[in-house]
Amino acid sequence: MSWEIVIGLEVHTQLSTHTKIFSGASTTYGAEPNTQADAVSIALPGVLPVLNKGAVERAVKFGLAVGAHIAPRSVFARKNYFYPDLPKGYQISQFDLPVVGMGALTIQVEPLSGNAKPYEKVVRITRAHLEEDAGKSVHGASQGMTGVDLNRAGTPLLEIVSEPDMCSAAEAVAYAKALHTLVRWIGISDGNMQEGSFRCDVNVSVRRAGEPLGTRREIKNLNSFRFMQQAIDYEVQWQIDQLESGRKIHQATILFNPDTGETRAMRSKEDAHDYRYFPDPDLLPLDITPAMLDAARAELPELPEARRTRYVNELGLSAYDANSLTSSREMADFFDACVASLSPSPQSSPASERGGERENKSSISAKLCANWLIGELSAQLNRDGLEMAKCPVSHQQMSGMLSRIADNTLSNSGGKEVFRTLWAEGGEADAIIEAKGLKQVSDSGAIEALVDEIIAAQADKVAEYRSGKDKLFGFFVGLAMKASRGKANPAQLNEVLLKKLAG
Amino acid sequence: MINFSLKQLSKQLAAKKISSVELTQLYLDRIAAHNPVYNAYITVDAKTSLAQAVAADALIASGGAQALTGIPIAQKDIFCAKGWRTTCGSKMLGDFIAPYDAHVIEQFNKAGAVNLGKTNMDEFAMGSSNETSYFGPVRNPWNQNAVPGGSSGGAASAVAARLCAAATGTDTGGSIRQPAALCGITGIKPTYGTVSRYGMIAFASSLDQAGPMAKSAEDCALMLNVMTGFDCRDSTSLQREVEDYTRHLNQPLSGLRIGLPVEFFAEGLSDDVAARVQEAIAQYQKLGATVVDISLPNSKLAVPVYYVLAPAEASSNLSRFDGVRYGHRAAEYTDLADMYEKSRAEGFGAEVKRRIMMGTYVLSHGYYDAYYLQAQKIRRLIAQDFADAFKLCDVIMGPTSPSTAFNLGEKGDDPVQMYLSDIYTIAVNLAGLPGMSIPCGFGHNNMPTGLQIIGNYFDEARMLNVAHQYQLATDWHSRAPL
Amino acid sequence: MSLSTADVQKVARLARLAMNDTEIEAARAQLSGIFELIAQMQAVDTAGIEPMSHAQDLSQRLREDNVTETNQRELFQSIAPQVESGLYLVPQVIE
Repeated sequence: MSWEIVIGLEVHTQLSTHTKIFSGASTTYGAEPNTQADAVSIALPGVLPVLNKGAVERAVKFGLAVGAHIAPRSVFARKNYFYPDLPKGYQISQFDLPVVGMGALTIQVEPLSGNAKPYEKVVRITRAHLEEDAGKSVHGASQGMTGVDLNRAGTPLLEIVSEPDMCSAAEAVAYAKALHTLVRWIGISDGNMQEGSFRCDVNVSVRRAGEPLGTRREIKNLNSFRFMQQAIDYEVQWQIDQLESGRKIHQATILFNPDTGETRAMRSKEDAHDYRYFPDPDLLPLDITPAMLDAARAELPELPEARRTRYVNELGLSAYDANSLTSSREMADFFDACVASLSPSPQSSPASERGGERENKSSISAKLCANWLIGELSAQLNRDGLEMAKCPVSHQQMSGMLSRIADNTLSNSGGKEVFRTLWAEGGEADAIIEAKGLKQVSDSGAIEALVDEIIAAQADKVAEYRSGKDKLFGFFVGLAMKASRGKANPAQLNEVLLKKLAG
Repeated sequence: MINFSLKQLSKQLAAKKISSVELTQLYLDRIAAHNPVYNAYITVDAKTSLAQAVAADALIASGGAQALTGIPIAQKDIFCAKGWRTTCGSKMLGDFIAPYDAHVIEQFNKAGAVNLGKTNMDEFAMGSSNETSYFGPVRNPWNQNAVPGGSSGGAASAVAARLCAAATGTDTGGSIRQPAALCGITGIKPTYGTVSRYGMIAFASSLDQAGPMAKSAEDCALMLNVMTGFDCRDSTSLQREVEDYTRHLNQPLSGLRIGLPVEFFAEGLSDDVAARVQEAIAQYQKLGATVVDISLPNSKLAVPVYYVLAPAEASSNLSRFDGVRYGHRAAEYTDLADMYEKSRAEGFGAEVKRRIMMGTYVLSHGYYDAYYLQAQKIRRLIAQDFADAFKLCDVIMGPTSPSTAFNLGEKGDDPVQMYLSDIYTIAVNLAGLPGMSIPCGFGHNNMPTGLQIIGNYFDEARMLNVAHQYQLATDWHSRAPL
Repeated sequence: MSLSTADVQKVARLARLAMNDTEIEAARAQLSGIFELIAQMQAVDTAGIEPMSHAQDLSQRLREDNVTETNQRELFQSIAPQVESGLYLVPQVIE
């Protein structure tokens, strides 16, 4: 009997506002403890919350980006519980009337094992609501005591809740990644996972095929995609083992320990389920006006999904390439800029050139750009541990180099050398090509002369080749390349060699 | 001098007949002499008050004086005042030095008024007799065995005993009006949202509203001019044109339609109070007003609704008192939960704990719809009753309190009896309407009785006019227990 | 209506109020009396009535996203029960 896995995610993403959701205290990360904990953050008696417009605008943008219903009127409630990092003894959060209603996100799933092919899936987003973050407990701050730092208390969060639509760790990770891309893409969060700007709670349950939903356990606060996958894998196996050995699953909140790769239940809070929600009397209902919706809509960029579709349909890229290029808005924008400077624009192209030809050309340059961005550029970013936003090579520099490959001035390997120089020293492709003498030899006379010389010098090998030892072709290519000091146009060289060796 | 109105005091100051320092010292001396009996003040800080008086004198000398410049005002100990101990009548905040000013305090500071001290109150404003204060009960200046009412009992007592020129109070279910009635002074709770709640320690956020307590309606109008105004730090603060609350004081009352709710004159109202209120209505008729019977059919539910909503909000508002960042922390505890439970159990008094428990219960799982939601729905019915009534009349009148001041300890251990003393005032808070109490004579044992005047939203200036005209025609408000 | 001892214990625990048995019993009696008063509400037909949370039917004002607060840690922590290195100290928290 096979097991089905059911996964839903609750993602807390910190919104990239300058100030807290209910006060004018700064949200800058990494300040000295409690230096950004103003009167509201530490909940002095008598202080009151006033809602940050920036947080609302970001929530609305997110709602529009996932095609969700935006509630014209939503309400802030109090979630009551005692904890040292929760200064008021309640968290202000939206409960039964959230600002963002049902929406959806299309994800690209790359199965983690086996030979299964990548596929697309739509994950429904139940809701997204605004709330405030808690402070941080610093354990072992003093002998037997815990320290409380309230700098983070009151940072705006958007909690994005999915339907339990995912049925594997791969799908959960793909969804989390797509969400992570989206919130950064539309500029509502920096998504910095190390700093806790994007935290995932994963609800996992298993059931035998066809049976009703099993009891779920919630893995709290996962802040890396790798940990998420490990935690789900471990948890799923643990639940299956429990059930197969006749034990029951009890609803629980659990933590993942990355060192051991195991999950464990949090110390249970017996009253954790009685949060005594009620509408916060200090805050009035939040009305989203049509003007606010229009403003948010006008600020939304082309979304990852639309961009991906355009790359496939209009530029003829593979789904894989389109997916990789839309992993971040910076990468996609960089790609678009490169393609634009390589492709003849409709105005400047000769009137005689037919549309189809132009399309074909732009598809060729798109493929060239895609290969370089996904290949060399991404690899280099990875090696240096850099985000695309910090890429030292500008799209002007990159397309300067790529256009020299496109017009055959530069070989692929010459391109790599130019790229390395651009990365390390900066500069401009043409100047580097000139300075390093990387210009490719495409003069057919020069190549023919070079090949003639080799054929004359290697009579024995030529005879062997002509008697059927085809493998020697590579040997001749090597010699010819060496003789040209790597500058011969490889395609042209191959062609001439083939012709001349044939005799 | 101590019986002077604010206007008269201001004239004295302007004419240099007395300085603010002298006036402040006069009150400080009276406090030193009488507070040991009345216990109207929790904190007096002569040095700070006199420093403010010095600054006020300079302002007056420079010609920059406003209506209240240099006048010593008593502040209810619910308002955070920077550098002042601000206790809210609780052991929990027994050592709490407020690190910031409430909006109300800022407004008085801007006006150049002198903060004379922090007045006693029921703990966290929960009470109707001032007996729940951690700092001991307040005495009614008309009879030292009687309570002054609550929760702004210290303020009412201080005004009546002439231990200040005027005072601030707050009113969640009657906490300005009921002590004003019991101590024979004038007090007004304005429309919800008129005075900023910023820096006013919250009891029930959707009901709490600050207002003045003084010797007359005219004084209250001058106080309101200072206290009101939009404050961006309070989301429920209303953005309205600044108004002068004295502007209608001298209008005649002819044509005024007074609504008398039948429910306010039914069983439960003591005869002496009923008689004084009827006499006051007769006086109004002499002044040209007409009387119309109205009904507030849901007002009988105001007390139960209030005792669901107010404790629910309070239970949450008081969660911040956990011994972590300020306030009382137990000396000994075994772990975090123990620290919370002991600090709160030691820091809060019996009535506060009772209300926290009521609130926690009505919000807890399985009870929310039956209590909290049902109470919110009836709250709307109560507000609708008033809306209907104001189609028939301009103001509503009735008793403020069902009886005159009762004796200390008289209501004993039965919270329900205590809660019923706010039976006529609570509905006003639920609707968010303005309400006031003015003295209208004396009941048995010569204790003061109060006439309650309820206005429509933002009708404070009209209500003050209605009160002022009565006070021109009568002298109940100028009687002092001295 | 009357509350059980267990109800009162649960509420005291939720509200973080240490109470001994005598206090629980006293609270139970008083709260039961209060809830009898409150029970009057149950007879009212409120079908179709919109709950009222605020006195005025207004919507939330929004604050511009500008930093207005400065560091006041020293002042704020001068009234704290226990601090060290800028942190508020509490008995050890175990997750």
